[in-house]
This record gives sequence, structure tokens and C-alpha cells, in this order.
Amino acid sequence: MPDSVSSSRTRTVPPLAETPRRVAILRKLHGRPTARGTLIILAVLALIIMIAPFFAPQNPYDLANLSIMDGRLPPRSTAMDGHMYLMGTDDQGRDMFSAILYGIRISLLVGLSAVAIATAIGSFVGLLAAYVGGRIDAALMRLVDFVLGFPSILVALVLLAVLGRGVDKVILALVLVQWAHYARIMRGRALQERRKEYVEAAMNLGFPAWRIMLVHLLPNCVGPILVYATVQIAHAIALEATLSFLGVGVPITEPSLGLLIANGFQYLLSGDYWISLFPGLALLFLILTINILGDRLRESLDPRR
Amino acid sequence: MALFILRRLIQSLFVLLAVSIVVFFAVYAVGDPIELLVSPEASLADRQQMIARLGLDLPVWQQYAGFMWRALHGDMGTSFVQGVPAISLILQRLPATFELVVAAMLMTCVFGIPLGLLAGLRRDTALGRGILATSVLGFSLPAFWLGMMLILMFAVWLGWLPASGRGDTVSVLGVPFSFLTRDGLAHMAMPALNLALANVALILRMTASGVAEAESQEYVKFARAKGIRPRRIVNRHILRNILIPVVTVVGLEFGQLIAYSTITETVFAWPGMGKLLIDSVYQLDRPVVVAYVMFVTFLFVVINLIVDIMYAALDPRVQLSAPAH
Amino acid sequence: MSDLLLDVRGLRTAFHTTAGAWPAVDGVDLTLRRGEILGLVGESGSGKSVTGFSLMGLIDPPGEVVAGEVRFKGEDLRKRNEEGMRRLRGNRIAMIFQDPLMTLNPVLRIGEQMAETILTHENVSRADAMARCVEALAMVGIPSPQARLRSFPHEFSGGMRQRVAIAIALLNNPDLIIADEPTTALDVTIQGQILYRMQEICRTRDTALIWITHDLGVVAELADRIAVMYAGRIVETGPVDEVLDAPRHPYTQGLLRSMPGTTQPGARLRQIDGMAPSLSARPSGCPFRPRCGHAITRCTEQFPGPTREGSRTFHCYAPVARVGGQV
Repeated sequence: MPDSVSSSRTRTVPPLAETPRRVAILRKLHGRPTARGTLIILAVLALIIMIAPFFAPQNPYDLANLSIMDGRLPPRSTAMDGHMYLMGTDDQGRDMFSAILYGIRISLLVGLSAVAIATAIGSFVGLLAAYVGGRIDAALMRLVDFVLGFPSILVALVLLAVLGRGVDKVILALVLVQWAHYARIMRGRALQERRKEYVEAAMNLGFPAWRIMLVHLLPNCVGPILVYATVQIAHAIALEATLSFLGVGVPITEPSLGLLIANGFQYLLSGDYWISLFPGLALLFLILTINILGDRLRESLDPRR
Repeated sequence: MALFILRRLIQSLFVLLAVSIVVFFAVYAVGDPIELLVSPEASLADRQQMIARLGLDLPVWQQYAGFMWRALHGDMGTSFVQGVPAISLILQRLPATFELVVAAMLMTCVFGIPLGLLAGLRRDTALGRGILATSVLGFSLPAFWLGMMLILMFAVWLGWLPASGRGDTVSVLGVPFSFLTRDGLAHMAMPALNLALANVALILRMTASGVAEAESQEYVKFARAKGIRPRRIVNRHILRNILIPVVTVVGLEFGQLIAYSTITETVFAWPGMGKLLIDSVYQLDRPVVVAYVMFVTFLFVVINLIVDIMYAALDPRVQLSAPAH
Repeated sequence: MSDLLLDVRGLRTAFHTTAGAWPAVDGVDLTLRRGEILGLVGESGSGKSVTGFSLMGLIDPPGEVVAGEVRFKGEDLRKRNEEGMRRLRGNRIAMIFQDPLMTLNPVLRIGEQMAETILTHENVSRADAMARCVEALAMVGIPSPQARLRSFPHEFSGGMRQRVAIAIALLNNPDLIIADEPTTALDVTIQGQILYRMQEICRTRDTALIWITHDLGVVAELADRIAVMYAGRIVETGPVDEVLDAPRHPYTQGLLRSMPGTTQPGARLRQIDGMAPSLSARPSGCPFRPRCGHAITRCTEQFPGPTREGSRTFHCYAPVARVGGQV
């Protein structure tokens, strides 16, 4: 009787020896190592945000602190009371460094909340559409198509023109503009998962619809949503900055980075570049870091590895 | 084919209708334009007169019905602020936006596709990787910031280009355009580049990944097995296949650009439709805002239709008579 | 042996993975004369397609040809650079792929895809090239060839697309055609027609053909000689009638037995127990050993060297007995 194939009993051929060519080929294929560094940077950033009020040399929104005489001082100049303005001051005499720290806070707050809420709403709608199917699915998807047919900037602009300024209103506008993307992604994924056997099994066991959707379907569909959401955080922050720059975003009492940049824009041409440049660089840094983090996350979640 | 166009046209009409309702009622809820247009010292009679003139005393649905009636006759309301028909204000500003958008599209293709090809074909080199990495900046950084940086670099520090405004115009068929004058081009260079940057990045990446995907296709391997020269494989086999999605995106982006010109026009004080929108929003000039949204929606719909047709022309596999989606 | 068109010795092609590099083709020897048809037979994963691509120099990373000589008309092709190989491909050595839908570019017309094969190797006018294309299409049995030049691939059926692929292979009158399972994706009647044409064309033009397949029936009809592959190695070669009538290697015997036609009606279908090993888990010594009924201890130690019997060769320490008659 022939032996059955069992590699534990059969000695197998060992792999070929390492060659420089092999090393080169492998390096081309398998790209960059994951960067835990980015995660660390982001954690540090989050920490800074948290403790900004204690950390900042000055509360930029307390008008009593401000002295117009200190206005428009270039970086590294000293104040009337002797301490140094690391990044200069704006036209009101606000310390740019403190303003930036507070600004990052607002930007992050708006970006994260908007994405979180949009994800929740969009995912729910997509899940519902995929699970229930039929007319409701068709109607919901018509709505999604409609919303997605317009450029987000336009919709947000008009919305905020209607609603007025305010952090909560900006978040609302961002959510309204974004949710449809998540709905579409979730629906696509949920439709695939819905055909799988575990869903059928759950339905046969008589579980109520909401339970099947939330407990069984949802965890399996979360992957692509998560990846998209990470990318969207940076996008939301950028969008908020743009809206604030255009004058329809956050109010002057809680300036985000966008508003700070807008404030400084008029002084750009006269050479007082720091009022815009530094908030701009901070914004840049924030967006890039989040994007890179999103990239790494996407790579590590990639099933091909 | 004709059936397809007809179906799309009907769809578009529905979209326009829906948008008009949404926008009109949304904008209706905003502040009180009377506060803006009438001085606090004005008498009650003056205010009444103003309200009557602008039709603000009628019930909402009557205002809307009146609006739609007038719109279908080409009258989209009269600007609260300037007293002239809203649509004429928009059309007046259209050439400026149009030439900006066209310039941006040209830049997108001229920079985006070759750079994307380069990045895709030289994927393993520092150059290729560098191009791809830099392209991320193009669409993740906010456009207004990029615009400001451009101004800082070219106008303030280097002094090569003017910081804002539109240049001298020349009349073409009765419409003033600025791209025919040297001064016009100098003023247009930065705004057009700013508007184009996000798209350049997008098209670049699409082209690069299209090349990567095409290279792994069987027909490329077969072409190699036939002994076809590498140059021809890229130019004929690969390019033709990736151009299809790229053209689609370019077409779709045209509509997006018109919307995004709002930001660029604000940064560069370019007197186009976008700036008009921002100013109108500030001044609560409702008819102009509504007319703008309707007009832009209309443009979108037309552009999407054209893109669909072009797509069918490029990809022989598409059957336009088949039901869409 | 200078009248050999193709003389392959010790070809070894490996694939690199993070876990290690393994040879998909592990020391293959092949010979081919002018106008000869060789059937290269093996199951999925045996390395037969990789062999074909290795001969053409079309192995891309993560694959790599690591050893061996590929002598074509006396010259070792492995010493040629990419441009040198390019001049041979489609010209002196042509290839036919398995899936014609994927191999023809969907957005270019047939005529262009055919003519470019001629134009890239010869300096003829476009009109002349097109004329030759029409001839080639006619030769493979495509009706109204002149009109068909302007068609796109999706306008053809599977069988016709494969005929086009064959026509392309013939355009420059190559010395050798390597056909990688060209009829596997087609239905049986079409397969028969194509086989017939191929044979006819090769005979009249004295073109050598390597027909890669897993189907013994096809080989029986078409080929002059057969080479049987298992787990990256050639285990038996020889004239087709001799090998199929009286196989010497247990694997060849197993293959023949498992063909439905060879079993008595009503009797149980015979099969070879077990499965072909994956690339990284090939047994040392003779890779067929775990599934072989004849295995002796020596089989685990080293892969058997060639045993020659007349014009046949096989690699086995315990071959099937040389008894005349049925399998």
C-alpha cells in the first residue's frame, strides 16, 4: 500500500540558499516596515492637546491677557513683561504659539467628532439598506447617490451659510457631507457578508433583526470603514480649516487653525508671514501625521500580508 | 444611445428640481436680509416697500412657486444687493471662472499624466517613490493653504508673479478673456496651479497605479512574448487601457473644479463665480446663492452626461443601450 | 547532437517567498528536433507552464531562472540579454497562452495586435503586414479574415480567439512554438479542430511544437514524443506510442490508469492516492515516493538519475515491469 502523504513523516526538500538577488527581490516586494513611530508621535500630540491649557504660556482667548501694544511682533521677540514670544504675535497681541496649541485642539475635536458621528450614521444606514433590501434599500441608495453627487465644499458652504457659525454647526455640516460615503461602503460590504452562512444561521435561530445586524454583521464589516475613516479625519480637518478660512466655520471666540490662518492672510503681503505660516505648518503637520498613520493602518490590515 | 441620453436627461431634471427645493427652503431660513439692506433709521413705510418689492411678505411656498415660474423663464431672481437679475451676475463672472478651470484642467493633464507614467514605470526607483510620496501632499493639504504658500513664495519672496486679481482682458466673441494677454497669463498662473494641484495629485496616482495594474495583465505578458518593443507596449497597450478611467476622472473633476474655484478665487481675489458666491453668502443675497447652486448643478449634470458619452467612445466594450447601473 | 533545435539541460527556476526560495522547475532536461511535436504533460503545480516561460525568458520576480542551459540552435539563450531575447520572441520562438480572452488587449483591434508582431521584427510596409495577417487568419480557419481584422477581441468566441492566437504565433514562421494549455479553456469539439490544424501546420512548415497540457488524450493524438513532469522534474520521456503503451515510470502508469477510458465499464475508477505536493513541501529524493506503490528505501535518498532504453528515458529505481500488453 502506498504511504499517504504526510510531511511530518517525509523529509522535505530544504529551500535554496540565500543570494543577494533574492534579498533584492524580496525587498522590492514587501515594502516598508510598519512605523510604530507614527503612533508614538500621534500619542504625544494627543497628550499635548490634552494639557494645552496648562502648557500654553498664555490663554489666547482671555482678552485681559492681551495687549495691543504687543501686536504683530515677529518670532522670538520679547513682550512688555519680558517673556519671549516663540512664534510672534498676531494683530491682537495674541501669542501665536498658544493660539496654535488651542487651535490644534479645536481642529482635532471637530475632525474626530465629525468622522465619528458620520461613521456611526453612515454605517447604520448602509447596514440597514443591505440587510432589509428591497424598496428601502433602493430609496436609501438614491438618497446616498444624491448626496454624493455634489462637491462637499459647496454643500458645506451653503449649509453653514444657513446655519451660521459655531463649532457644533461645523461638525453638523461635516457630518452631513460625509455620512453618505460610509453608507455606501458599509452597504457594499454588508451585502457581501449577508450572503454568508452565519447570517442565515442566525436568522434561522430566530434572532431579531437588530441583533443580527449589530452583533453578527457589523463586526465583520468594520474593516474597510475603519480604513476609510482614518483617512477622512485628515480630510475633515482640512475641510473645517477651509470653511473657517472662508469665514463660515468656527466663530472668532474659538479659532481653529483655519481661522488663525485666515486672520493672518491679510498680513502676508506686508511681510508679517508668521501670523499665517505657523498655524499653516501646524495644520500641515497634523494632516500629514494622520494620513501616514492611516496608510500604516491600511497596510497592516491588508489581508495579503 | 438616444434612449440613454433621454433617460439621463429626465434623471437630471429630477435632480435639478430636488436641489432647487432644498436650497430655496434652506436659504430661506437664514437671517433677515431686511436688516442688511435697510438702514435702522428707515421708516416703517420704507421697510414695507422693500419687503413688497422683494416679495418677502408672501408665504414661503408662494415665494418658491414664484421663483420656479420665473426660473423656467430664465429669471432666477434679482440680487438683493445689486438689484440686477441674479443670473446676469453669474453669467458675467462665468468667463473668469471658466478660463481658470480650463487652465487648471490643462495643467492637470500636462503634469499629472506624464508624472504618473513616470512614477508607475519607475516604481522601484527613488524618483518614482519620491513622486508618489510628494503627490500625497497635493490632495491632503488644504487648497487655501497651498494657495497662500504659492503667494508667499512667488509673489512675496520671489516677486515673480502678481499676488491677486485678474489681468488684462481681451474680448473674444464679445466675451472678455484674460489668457490672451501676457499680464492675464501672469495673473492666472498661480490660481490655475492652485486649483489644479489636488487634481494633479489624483490623476498622477491613478495613472501610476493604472500602469502597475496594466503591467501585470496577461495581455502585456503576451505582448512581450510576441517580442514587441517595451516602448510600444507602454504607449499602445498600457496607455490605452489606463486612459479610460483617467479620462472619466478628468471629466468628473471638471465639475468639482468649478466648485473648488470658490476657495482659489477667494485666496487670489479672482473675480469669478466662486467669489461671487462667498460674497453673496456674507451679504445674505439669497437669490444669487440659489441661482448659483442651480446653475452649477446644471453644469454638473451636463458634464456628467458628456463624460458618459466619451467613456463609451473610448471603451469599445461598453454598451450604452444597457440599463445604467 | 548539433541537429537538435532545442537542447535544455538542468533548467532550474525558483520562486522567492519570505519563507524561502523553492525550485518550481528542478533540473529539467529536454530535447527537441526540427518539426518535432513534444507533449509536456503534468498536473497543476508540476511546473510545466513555468518551464515554458523559462524557455522564453519571461520569468519575472519573484521568480528567477537560477541554473541550466537552454540551447536553441546551438546557442545558450540564458546568455542573451533582454533585447536579444526580445528579438527572438514572436519571431523564432513563439508562444500561445492558455486564456485567449486575457491575452488579447481588449481595447485594440485584432489587425493591429497581429500586425505589430510582424512590424516589430521586420521592415515591411503596413499593407504587406496586413496581407500576411489575412493569410494567417485564413490558415487557421477564420471566415472573412479581411473584415475580421477590424474586430475587437470581445467580438470573437473563445475558439476563434484561440485561433487568432495561433495565427499570431505563426506570423513570422517561427522555428519553435510553445503552446501553454491552449485548448484547456475550450470545449471538446473546438479542441479537436484546433489540434488538427496545429498538427497540419507544423508538418507543412516544419515547425517544432511543445504542447503543454495535463490531458494525455490530447498528447496521444497530437505529439511525436512525450515528456512527463511531476513536482518540477521530468520523470519519463520517449516516443508517444511507446510510452503510453508501456509506461515505465509509476506516475505515468498511474496517469494512464486514472483515465476513464482505460477502466472496464462498471468497474471502479482508479486514481493515484494522495495529492501532488506544494512547492515548499516537496519530499526529498523522488518526489513521487509518498504516492508510489513501488517505492523502495533508495527512493528517499536521492532523485533517480536517467535510465535509457532505446529512445526512451525514465528516472526510477523501481520502474514498472517491462511486460508486454495492457496497463
